[in-house]
Amino acid sequence: MNEKKLKEAFMRAFDLSPDRDFEALGYRKIEAWTSVGHMRLISEIEEIFDVMLDTEEILDLSSFSKAKEILAHHEIDFQH
Amino acid sequence: MDLMSRLIAMPPFSMPQHQKDGVMLEGLRELCLYHLDHCEEYRRLGKVFDWNPAEARCAEDLPWLPVGIFKTHRLLSVSEHEVYTEVVSSGTSGRRPSRVALDRGTADLQARALSSIMTGVLGKQRRPMIVIDSESVLHDPKSFSARGAGVLGMMRFGRRPFFALDHQMQLREKELSGFLKEHAGESLLIFGFTFMVWEFFLQAVRRLGPDLSSSILIHSGGWKKLQARAVDNADFKAALSSAAGIRRIYNFYGMAEQVGSVFLEGEDGLLYPPVFADVVIRDPISWRPLPPGKEGVLQVLSLIPRSYPGHSLMTEDIGVIESIDSPAAGRLGKGFRIIGRAPESEIRGCSDTFSPPSGRMSDE
Repeated sequence: MNEKKLKEAFMRAFDLSPDRDFEALGYRKIEAWTSVGHMRLISEIEEIFDVMLDTEEILDLSSFSKAKEILAHHEIDFQH
Repeated sequence: MDLMSRLIAMPPFSMPQHQKDGVMLEGLRELCLYHLDHCEEYRRLGKVFDWNPAEARCAEDLPWLPVGIFKTHRLLSVSEHEVYTEVVSSGTSGRRPSRVALDRGTADLQARALSSIMTGVLGKQRRPMIVIDSESVLHDPKSFSARGAGVLGMMRFGRRPFFALDHQMQLREKELSGFLKEHAGESLLIFGFTFMVWEFFLQAVRRLGPDLSSSILIHSGGWKKLQARAVDNADFKAALSSAAGIRRIYNFYGMAEQVGSVFLEGEDGLLYPPVFADVVIRDPISWRPLPPGKEGVLQVLSLIPRSYPGHSLMTEDIGVIESIDSPAAGRLGKGFRIIGRAPESEIRGCSDTFSPPSGRMSDE
């Protein structure tokens, strides 16, 4: 459920299709994930999960799995 | 942990100058040697002027480049395919802009360095943000204008950014008024270029009269246009305080050639280098370092640049160091002021015949 929501955030921020390999996405590694795209992703994630990330978390959020790890600190569960 | 990671993890203004001198010597010497190894043009310059970083006894002994060299030369210490983006300085009309190439590592270091400086005054909380600029400065991420890089860099410290100007650089007064009402009573982060804050934001808050007494304003970009109107830092602060109650106002000095390494104003109104950067004031004739209280050409040192040799640059600005480890400021290190631009003739003199410790050079 939360995994699907996170995919949704990535899809909206970078205009991706749902069959994309999300685990392979990385900051500055795909065309759309530029520093501007990054801020778009942050606001999508914050809106979808209703959380506020701090500056350090924004700098650390460099992949799909890193996003899950950071959101887990905000009590968003990706185990189920 | 490497030196830079250790420094970024420290509070940004916490290092006494005698300790900073040792850190800068160690870090800059390593960078000089790195760039001599990795940048063909830098190595050629080093040969011509007989640079010998290994023998430097202090950071002042190490070679520098005139900042203008990035207008005429593409200096790279990584291979072309590692270049991720470029920062392009706005450049005054009729002059060529500066271009510096960034790889992922240097871009990442810039972001972390800026974050360590800004969280020193902002804390970790991201405030709702007003950007006194147009969203169009963010277009074309392949090459950033210095202004775009500045806005984007600062956006990481805010949330729900509101751009106060439209694409024609006109104030969106109605929307601004709406944003201020929506966030009434909250602490906001306001960021913009000094002149634009004065020109657009001050006029708007004079008309709208919001209470921004808990908000923080950060601004940069230089005083040239305001000096022409006889507005100095004290006038600037007084005007914003009386129009909207803003008391926490911080100027910073930085440049496209050293993004991430900014000198942030302290409570005493002076600019301070963070732990991974420093300044030297030099006599424009002899190029000898000058003691506090003497005006001269400002040299900026930064441990960030790795993809291009921009770690030690002679600027085209005149400055003066006012204090070192001043207890009044609550900050350690050199407190300095920018007096203004070096006269045109002096700039040309500076970049045509800039003189590293061991020789003279004419521009290739």
